[in-house]
Amino acid sequence: MLNLYGPVLIFFALAAVFPLATLGLAKLVRPKFTPTPDKVMPYECGITPESDARGRYTVRFYIIAILFVIFDVETIFLFPWAVLFRTPELFYLVEMLVFLGILIVGYIWLWRRGALDWV
Amino acid sequence: MISFKDIVAAVLTVVGVLFVALTIAAGLIWVERRLLAVWQDRYGPNRVGPLGLFQVLADTIKLLAKEDWIPPFADKPVFVIAPAIVMITVLFSFAVLPVARNIVIADLNVGLLYFLAMSSMGVYSIVLGGWASDNKYSLLGALRASAQMISYEVFMGLSLMGVVLVAGSFKLSDVVEWQNRNVWFVLPQFPGFVLFLIAGIAETRRLPFDLPEADSELVAGFHSEYSGMKFGMFFVGEYLGVTLVSALIAVLFFGGWLGPVFGLAGWARTALGIVWLLVKTFLFIGFFILLRAALPRPRFDQLMSWGWKWMLPLALANLLVTGAVVMTMSK
Repeated sequence: MLNLYGPVLIFFALAAVFPLATLGLAKLVRPKFTPTPDKVMPYECGITPESDARGRYTVRFYIIAILFVIFDVETIFLFPWAVLFRTPELFYLVEMLVFLGILIVGYIWLWRRGALDWV
Repeated sequence: MISFKDIVAAVLTVVGVLFVALTIAAGLIWVERRLLAVWQDRYGPNRVGPLGLFQVLADTIKLLAKEDWIPPFADKPVFVIAPAIVMITVLFSFAVLPVARNIVIADLNVGLLYFLAMSSMGVYSIVLGGWASDNKYSLLGALRASAQMISYEVFMGLSLMGVVLVAGSFKLSDVVEWQNRNVWFVLPQFPGFVLFLIAGIAETRRLPFDLPEADSELVAGFHSEYSGMKFGMFFVGEYLGVTLVSALIAVLFFGGWLGPVFGLAGWARTALGIVWLLVKTFLFIGFFILLRAALPRPRFDQLMSWGWKWMLPLALANLLVTGAVVMTMSK
């Protein structure tokens, strides 16, 4: 275990230290931040911001998030299947076809309902 | 028992991979600008040092010396940590990349899964950075980025399933050894290669899929409010991602360290393997840059529909056909 994951831990430590060290170095070199009224405004191409940025956004983003959960879980089920396919029998393929068939029915339904269309 | 020699070898590999990955990523800042200049019929950076090579150094010094701007309206801890996350997650992925036979930081038996997991983590830095900035452009860019990355992530995994199915392993060195015995995966798994390439471009948010940044409409999107070294980290993180995806395409579909050996043996052969991997990686990096020079940016709705209506069914079809072929061949 340690043989395999030991180097990963060393790598993690070094890879995590690097960005933090860079940020620390920048802190030593850079000039002090001097705020002015214009500097501390959110950047909106020179126009004075009207409202807070965290407003309401289109529901599309939420639908995509839900679709992602469904289809990513599907791929997770496919991973072990793909590795165990080393002793291929027709049964395995049919089994996967049934699993995918159920999902594809849902996929077609989503498509026809327009969940995959943006706007 | 772990011997002293093992520890030295492990540390050398770790430092070597980290050094090479970061050097390539930094060097790409110069390579990309020069190559784009060639394709756009102009010079590009050619003033600092020979051929403009020290441009990277000059840029780094400039970024380090910039006034650090943390917006008073921003969520400060999240704002600071977000750019570090993008670099760390991409760097972590390099741990499973086999650079030559028996030279790899950790030849995990879940190598590909580990890579997919790490690449999904990358989306956090974008969302957190965009959200913490509290800027309309940033938040919109972050939302777009997350929608795009999770959509393309679904079939990124699926596109690799064909390779896993044929090679019968998630271990990246097993995948290369299979290609050593048979043929490079680009031939039997050509659809998988194309799908993975497209997914890789979308995951690294490179043109033509750079809608989260979209300079002309979102003024750099999720990192509008970033300056100095924090901006630099998003930048280097992007180049690290390009390097990683290119290297993975080389390993998974183009035989990794395999290539003509010219009768060499021992360490010389290993070194030649590393050279082959670097050559293949740079070919794909060049291709990534050529895409940026050649293609316009699609609309966001087009991007999402391609992902869900074309790429996902194609990836599933590729997997099923591969399964059927493997079954009939083994009979």
